[in-house]
This record gives sequence, structure tokens and C-alpha cells, in this order.
Amino acid sequence: MIGFLFRRLGAMLILLLVVSFITFTLFQFGPADPAAASCGQECTPERVEQARIALGLDKPFFVQYLAFLSGLVGPRMLGAPGAEQVCAWPCLGKSFQTNENVTDMIANALPYTVSLTVGAVVLWTVVGVGMGLFAALRKGKLADRLIVGAASFGVSLPIPVTGLVLLLVFVGTLGWLPFTTNAIRSPFGEAGFFGWTTNYLLAWIALAVLFSAQYVRITRNNMIETFSEDFMRTARAKGLSRGTIVFKHGVRAGITPIVTMLGLDLGAMLGGAVLTEQIFSVPGLGFTAVRAATSGDLPVTMAITMLAAFFIILFNVIVDVSYAFIDPRVRVN
Amino acid sequence: MLSVKNLSVQFPTDDGMVAALNGMDLQLHRGETVGLVGESGSGKSVTSQAIMGLFKETRAKISGEITFEGTDLLALSEDRMRTFRGKKIGMIFQDPLSAMHPFYTVGSQIAEAYRVHNKVSRKAAKQVAIDMLARVGIPDPKKRVDNYPHEFSGGMRQRAMIAMALVCEPELLIADEPTTALDVTVQAQILDLISELQAETNSAVIFVTHDLGVVAQLCQRVVVMYGGQCVEQASVREIFTAPSHPYTRGLMASMPHLSGEDDRLTPIPGSPPALLDLPSGCIFADRCEFAALVPDNRCQNERPQLLVTGEHAARCHGHEMSLLPKTIKVGA
Repeated sequence: MIGFLFRRLGAMLILLLVVSFITFTLFQFGPADPAAASCGQECTPERVEQARIALGLDKPFFVQYLAFLSGLVGPRMLGAPGAEQVCAWPCLGKSFQTNENVTDMIANALPYTVSLTVGAVVLWTVVGVGMGLFAALRKGKLADRLIVGAASFGVSLPIPVTGLVLLLVFVGTLGWLPFTTNAIRSPFGEAGFFGWTTNYLLAWIALAVLFSAQYVRITRNNMIETFSEDFMRTARAKGLSRGTIVFKHGVRAGITPIVTMLGLDLGAMLGGAVLTEQIFSVPGLGFTAVRAATSGDLPVTMAITMLAAFFIILFNVIVDVSYAFIDPRVRVN
Repeated sequence: MLSVKNLSVQFPTDDGMVAALNGMDLQLHRGETVGLVGESGSGKSVTSQAIMGLFKETRAKISGEITFEGTDLLALSEDRMRTFRGKKIGMIFQDPLSAMHPFYTVGSQIAEAYRVHNKVSRKAAKQVAIDMLARVGIPDPKKRVDNYPHEFSGGMRQRAMIAMALVCEPELLIADEPTTALDVTVQAQILDLISELQAETNSAVIFVTHDLGVVAQLCQRVVVMYGGQCVEQASVREIFTAPSHPYTRGLMASMPHLSGEDDRLTPIPGSPPALLDLPSGCIFADRCEFAALVPDNRCQNERPQLLVTGEHAARCHGHEMSLLPKTIKVGA
């Protein structure tokens, strides 16, 4: 197990390096000129050139890339020659746009995205898996048909539609919930758990509608398949109670694909939910990434891309490890 | 102790009702081993699952009568039936690998079967599981109890399955083709084990199989099934030496002989009945070489009754009217 983890971590580092290199390279071919963008409206060619040197964009591609990597290993120097400043480790550079330290920007944006992710994941897992299991137990009956129908509907609702409708109804027309505020970043702040929940609730619901629908389908299909397994008949033949048969024998055996999907979705969500953050004005990673990418802000784009990749790879490893806990047949090797 | 009378089981499908059982009859006495034989789709497994009550709360339509020790099992609710499953009626399945839960240890699965029906601690139940594994001949049961099914060999898995089915010492054991998925050498061991344990506990056994050799070795009585009915039942000796029903005769004739000069087997012509659309007459009529001997097309028009003569029963017009040729001795 330890060896397995080390191997996975090694592979993870290599993958991150590849991701960073690709992002860095792609940026070179982009239309944005960060130097021109950073020096503002009244800009002379001389000042653009100065900005280019200050941002380090005058140097060859590989030198720039290595300088970026050096910030991941230790502190590095940033700024125009003669006016350099120390950027503490882990240094992801400074924003071309706002001159803010990218590490700080990320640290600032991450709690919003985590808040959004945690609530949404809990909501869609409970609703999606619960309804999927219920539908499987009522296979072919009215409840099953209704749930499957609702899921087909939910899965085809894009976030912008659900999000805007929810906002319009619950914030606009009914006024039951406040509009999302930047002030609440976590359930541990002044607003408390309740304030945090009401702040993110609509965004969670918008995400949960889409994701629950997928979880209903995968759970239902998996459970129906599991319920028809021979060992389920054995469980019944032993005289076990319905609850034991369904949960201890059925759910335990059919849960693996759901855990896989959950892990991958969690990883992807933590990298920033672009649409949801835009619509609900949550200044998380997705929100920041969109702004950075559209304004040619290379350090911020790099940082968020790598962080997103990191989360996805990390949760892949977590899923693999969790298999060993779920299925003893995986443990053997 | 067990009496199945005129049992019918139908499954609704998109194409209509599939009649899996059409008036099945079966009697079983305490301590007796009965072989339930017939080809695939003849209703052997459906019969055993119906006795277990596994069609309760499904869409299957059941009619007829299943009486076990004076209790009408068909009338029982799922909850009341649970007190019979595992405790009074145990069941062994065909493929022990798929019939055991892959994520729980063999020991915990046996202990679970014991704990449903007996109020004992986890520790005590584990000890019961260890003892049971030892009884079914698993070496080093103390260590093996914590193994998972995939860590057992096929034969050991079936032994463990038997341990699970017998841990509550049921009065009736239904073995649904328990040796089909095993090597021939292991098959013999499992058969020996079942008869040994049966002798110890004096439980009755329904042995579902399509292997007549196994029947000859293990059973006292045979029930031959065709198209969801019992077409003939008799002692093993009678079935092998004087089969009455043309289908049973066909089965005997299709068995390979060790001593025969003729290498070719004699198949029964035609194919098994379509359970979606059963004939109104004898279900075997269109494959029966003797149907033409019966006058007035009775075989085509009238479903024969199970005619009981002493210990021997058969469902055949030709047999009833004594029109069939005398049976030639089959086998050696």
C-alpha cells in the first residue's frame, strides 16, 4: 500500500509538470499581450517595453518556464531589474493585471470554491443516491418512472438556466433568500453555519439538480444490476431482513461505481465551477480563472489550471485507495 | 414433511405470461433424498425457489399449494417466511463464487446466517462458523474463517456454501445443482459431504440436477420434470429399470453407456416446449414417439393427470391406457 501511494505520488508530480508545460506553451500562442494590457490606456511603446521587461516576458520561453518552476521549489525574485522583490515560497508569480501575489489570490478564492463544492456534493449525493436507490427498489413502478423521468429532465437542465430561475424566484420574486455575498467564505465565520448555508443554498441546488440526475441514473442502474446478483438471492435464502439485504449486501456491493464518480466529480468541482460561480457571483477559483484567462493573466491562469489538475489527480488517487477499502479482491495485490 | 400440489408459477414478460410451472407436484418425507431432474427450463430451479418463498413480493403469479410441516408456505407473509428461510429450509446454489458476497469473509457470511436465527454474540457466532467449516472439511478453519470467497478454491467455496446453508441445521436442504460448476473429482467429494451431513442431521434433501448419474448415487426417489410439471416420480430403482413416461425413457436412452458398442447417443427429438404458449394437451406430445398410439388424439387435446400406482406415478395417457410397449432394461 505504501509503495503504491509513493508510485502514485510520483506519477502525480510528473503529470502536474506536463500540465504546467502545456498551459505555459499554449499561452505563448494566445492573442493576449499581457504587457500592453498591464500598462493601461495611455501607453507608449516605450512603456509597453518597460512593462514587458518588468514582467519578465522579454526573456526566452524556456527561461520564463524555468523561472516559474523555480517558484514552486523555493522563493524567487520578481519585478523589473534593479527593483526586484522577493516572492516567498510557494511562489506562483504576481498577477499581470493587479500585481497581487497569485498565491494569496488562490488562498483567497479557494474557500469560496470549497464552500460551493462541499454543500453541493453533500446535497447531490444524498438526493441522487437516495432517489436512485429508491427507484431501484421500486423498479417498474410509478415512483421509479417518476424519478427516472425527473432525472432525464434534470440532466438536461444547464446550470445557467436553473441558476437564473432559482435566483429569479427565490431571491427576486419571493425574497426568501439573500443574494450571494462575498462576505461569507466558510461556516466558521461571523455568519455561522446558517448564514453560510443560506448564502450558498441556491448555488448548491443549481449544481445538485444537474448532478443528482446523473447520480440517480448511475445508482439506479447499478443497484438494479446488483439486486439481480446471485449473492442477493443467497442473502434472502438465509432469512435476512429486508434492510440487511438491501444495505449490507446490496448497497455495499453496488457502491463502487458511485464512489468513483463522486471522487472524479469532487476533484473537478474543487478546480472551480466556472458557470455556477459566474451566475451566483461567487469569487472562487472558477470565477478568478475566467477573468485571468480573458485578460491574458498568465500566472493566475497557470496557478488555477495546475491546482485544478492537482485536485483531479489527487481524487483519482483517493478513489483508487478507497477501492481497496470497499473491495477485498483489490487488496490482494 | 413437504408437499407441493398443483403448483403453478407464471412470470409476466413483455411477450406475455411465461408459464414456468404448470401444476407441479412433489412429496418429500423426513430424512429422504429426492432428485429433481429435467432439462434446462423444465422448472427445477423455479420449484426450489418457490419452496424457499423467493417469489414473494415479485411480479410472479403463484397458485397451488406448498405445505411444509403443516404450514401453508404460500400463505405466509415475507416476514413470516423469513423465519423458515435458513432456519428450517436451507439452500445451496449452483455457482458458489457468485452466490457468496464478494466483500465479506466466508466466516462472517456463515456467522451472519447463524445470527439471524439465533441470539448469540458475534464472537460465539464466529466460533460456530469455525466449527461448521471444520465439519464440512475445510482444513485449518481457524485461519480460513477470515478468508474471502475469492481466496477459496471452487470446491472449498461449495463446502463453505454448504456450511452456510446447514449452520442452523434446517430440516430441509434444497441443493440447486450444487456440483454443476465443479470439477468431476470435486463433485464426488461434495456429494459425499452432502450425504454424510444428511446422515448426521437426518434432514431431507431435494437435489436438483440434470445429471442422472448423481441421482443414482445420492437419491432414494426421483421426480422427473418436463415443461413445468412432474411427469414421473418413482424410486431410483424403478426409474432406472422401468421408466413409464416416454420422456423418462428418452432421458435414459440418451445417457451414455460405458459398455455400449454404439458410440452415438440417442437424443430426444424436437426441442423443449415454449413456455409462452403451452399446448392444451400433453406438453410432451409433439416430441413423443408414442403419442400416435393413443386414440382420438387425446395426447394433443387433453392434459394427462398424474396417475399414482403405489410408489410410482406418471403423467401419460399412453401409460394410463397401457398402450406403451414394455420397457426394455436400460443401463447396466
